[in-house]
Amino acid sequence: MTFAEMKDILNAEVVVGHDCMDVEIRDAFAADLLSDVLAFAKEGTLLLTGITNPQVVRTAEMLELLGIVFVRGKKPDEDTIKLAQIKKVPLLCTHYIMFEACGRLFRNGLVGCIERVDDAAKTG
Amino acid sequence: MQQKQDESLLEQDFTVQGGDFIHAGEVSSRIKSILKEVGMSHEIVRRASIATYEAEMNIVCYAKRGVFHLAITPDRLTVIAEDEGQGIENIALAMQEGYSTSSSAIKEMGFGAGMGLPNIKRNTDELLISSVVGEGTRVAMVIFTQR
Repeated sequence: MTFAEMKDILNAEVVVGHDCMDVEIRDAFAADLLSDVLAFAKEGTLLLTGITNPQVVRTAEMLELLGIVFVRGKKPDEDTIKLAQIKKVPLLCTHYIMFEACGRLFRNGLVGCIERVDDAAKTG
Repeated sequence: MQQKQDESLLEQDFTVQGGDFIHAGEVSSRIKSILKEVGMSHEIVRRASIATYEAEMNIVCYAKRGVFHLAITPDRLTVIAEDEGQGIENIALAMQEGYSTSSSAIKEMGFGAGMGLPNIKRNTDELLISSVVGEGTRVAMVIFTQR
């Protein structure tokens, strides 16, 4: 699935990363707890979250995530957008709730970057 | 950047301001760039980035100010985060996943769920924490680079 397809599926608005629409998305992770993202998300994965502060972009930078989708109609503040532009982290916004957003992407073939956290513990 | 004659290939200090959530993560970002520049492996950079970022967020969330000391020697990468702050009363308890003393403001930001120190431990080879309540905390993180 490409960013453009994901954008259509989630009826999302692109805030940062208009030039990334043909980038392929391999898998995804979803959480509102950034420490869980840091613990379990894999490099190159797409993040769905309701956290919109600059720390979410920092987290994406540290883990080299593919991009961030804000769910539940949440809008990133100016500092978050500015940092995402500097760090080149694509940001999108959707009005779907987390469950719906994940479900719609999964139904269209996108899988989790891990299935269970005990898998993550085994593989490091 | 300070280059030393002895075993140290690179040493550098960075300051972190407590409560500055806008710039929180900048030191980790700079350390990450340095590690990439000196040619550390992808996996080492990733582990160090996660550990330093969690440590930096701890200082921003709980301390007045802090200093990060980065040292690269031939076989290891050491990051020591030292802060002036409230300190940790019970380190063993703080190391337990899910244990937290954070405020709701910190939780709303997506942190403070008691995952920080366990996350640091998971991504380092050696971790030494010492703390004096009311004075501050010192977190020494080591990652071996030649394994």
